[in-house]
Amino acid sequence: MTKNFEAPLYPYERHADQDAIRPRRHKVLVVGAGPVGLAAAIDLAQSGIPVVVLDDNDKVSSGSRAICFAKRTLEIADRLGVGHLMATKGVEWNLGKVFFRDRKVYDFNLLPEDGHQFPAFVNLQQYYVESDLVNRVRSLQAAGAPIEIRGRNRVTGVAQHRDHVTLTIDTPDGAYSLETEWLVACDGAGSPIRSQLGLDFVGRVFEDNFLIADVTMEADFPTERWFWFDPPFNQGQSALLHKQPDGVWRIDLQLGWDIDKAEEKKPENVIPRLRAMLGEEVPFALEWVSIYTFQCRRMARFRHDRVIFAGDSAHQVSPFGARGANSGFQDTDNLIWKLKLVLDGIADDSLLDSYDTERIAAAEENILNSSRSTDFITPKSEISRVFRNAVLDLSEHHAFARPMVNSGRLSLPSVYDGSALNSPDHLPTGPARTRPGAPCPDAPLGDGFLLQRLGGGFTLLAINCDAPAHLEEAGVTISGLPLVTADDPSGAFAARYLGAATAATYLIRPDQHVAARWHRFDEAGTRAALRRAIGKE
Amino acid sequence: MPHHDLILTPNLATPDDSYAALLAAHEGLSKEQSDALNARLILILANQIGDPEILKQALVCARTGVEDV
Repeated sequence: MTKNFEAPLYPYERHADQDAIRPRRHKVLVVGAGPVGLAAAIDLAQSGIPVVVLDDNDKVSSGSRAICFAKRTLEIADRLGVGHLMATKGVEWNLGKVFFRDRKVYDFNLLPEDGHQFPAFVNLQQYYVESDLVNRVRSLQAAGAPIEIRGRNRVTGVAQHRDHVTLTIDTPDGAYSLETEWLVACDGAGSPIRSQLGLDFVGRVFEDNFLIADVTMEADFPTERWFWFDPPFNQGQSALLHKQPDGVWRIDLQLGWDIDKAEEKKPENVIPRLRAMLGEEVPFALEWVSIYTFQCRRMARFRHDRVIFAGDSAHQVSPFGARGANSGFQDTDNLIWKLKLVLDGIADDSLLDSYDTERIAAAEENILNSSRSTDFITPKSEISRVFRNAVLDLSEHHAFARPMVNSGRLSLPSVYDGSALNSPDHLPTGPARTRPGAPCPDAPLGDGFLLQRLGGGFTLLAINCDAPAHLEEAGVTISGLPLVTADDPSGAFAARYLGAATAATYLIRPDQHVAARWHRFDEAGTRAALRRAIGKE
Repeated sequence: MPHHDLILTPNLATPDDSYAALLAAHEGLSKEQSDALNARLILILANQIGDPEILKQALVCARTGVEDV
């Protein structure tokens, strides 16, 4: 790993809370300073809600870990102030190649749609993302925002009460206790909070091991995703090569189930495997090696009274499809505006149950896609291998078989169809992609882009029609955003939001999902849709 | 009008020829090669049918009673 990330980024410091006679009460504690926990905390702090992040460590993650960040994540990160940092540092890619045994069977292009601020995907080591987020925390602090990270604060006990949660926390100076109104548990797949509360985390275990290695090399491999099924250098298994910034390459090698993990991780065993894959003549250096197994599973519920789980603590998928960290960002994006409305006394805490409904549906979608990819990549029966190989063989010569080749279905944001927060569609001839429940697709607008123009609250988008600049309803201010499709000569904005219609209004949630839409400004309808979107109808 | 029901009445003009063609296609193949051929054939025919509902009905029909075989 890059040397400058080995130093503690948020070293332990003794806090006055540790000397308090009675445990101090906080509004929100976030446990875990990974990408999801940091994103949650920044979102809260940007809304003016005091938040403390507790982490058992004091530095960014070691090794690249999550490397593939989707457009929706960059859009969310942009609202949190780090989207451009991630997009600039990240490696953009669109081309993929699929190999079967000793030959290439086909290649594909993600063909990203034009007219979006951010690319379809960038590859970026998780430690860069975490470092950008920690820097963002520092600049918020410098501007006086109520946010802090406490390093080497390990939660060892948690208990729920009627109106708060108590935590016992271990530090280098010994234990102390805290109380909080709300606890957001972003403490990863092995979530200690989940275990301490005795909550289930059930699903399907995939009996397989994957060696994951970061290597640095000056090689001519293009910026593409290369995936091998049953290659000569890893017979009967799979392999993946993917480029990251700084001349670092991610290599995943499937190893099978009955292996000696400690033995396989030794450089003297890893290096010959990599040499066989990369070619004898390619010089490389091994930066990081890990062996992982995976499961596809989720908690039965993500909200447990005043403890709310987000990211890997709530659900876990295989890495194929980049649906782990990306879905974690969508979790916190969904949760934080709701939590703010509850903390502000505007919404009833039952609004948080919609986090459960919406994000459980999303987790199910991710688990389904991820399980299917895994079943294709690592066939678990003789007949599934026969079909898998038949698809790969046919894909070399016939286009019809290529859509069945599944080396990961890449993460897309979920549409919250059927959510109780949606209002009926009053623009039924409008584009399906912007129906109630859908995440707003970006579009060009003048010199910039649409999503940049949406604030952190509820927005009423008025396209080719009038709407008031402000509308107060149920304690919430809806900001009117009048726009004309003439501001986008490419026609993308009109195609994505009007379709056959000539005008429309959209009520957009703080997480940029569509709550309702109409073919004109409908004041009574907008007010009712707002109440519904905050769980008051 | 597309068919939305699996055809379970005779639909091949020369059934003996078609059956012989299936057997002929496997001639000289090992068990492994025959399995590969069958899998390819199923995928090609599934694409030809193109209707997931009919495919589903065909799968149910093929599965019925197979555990007694």
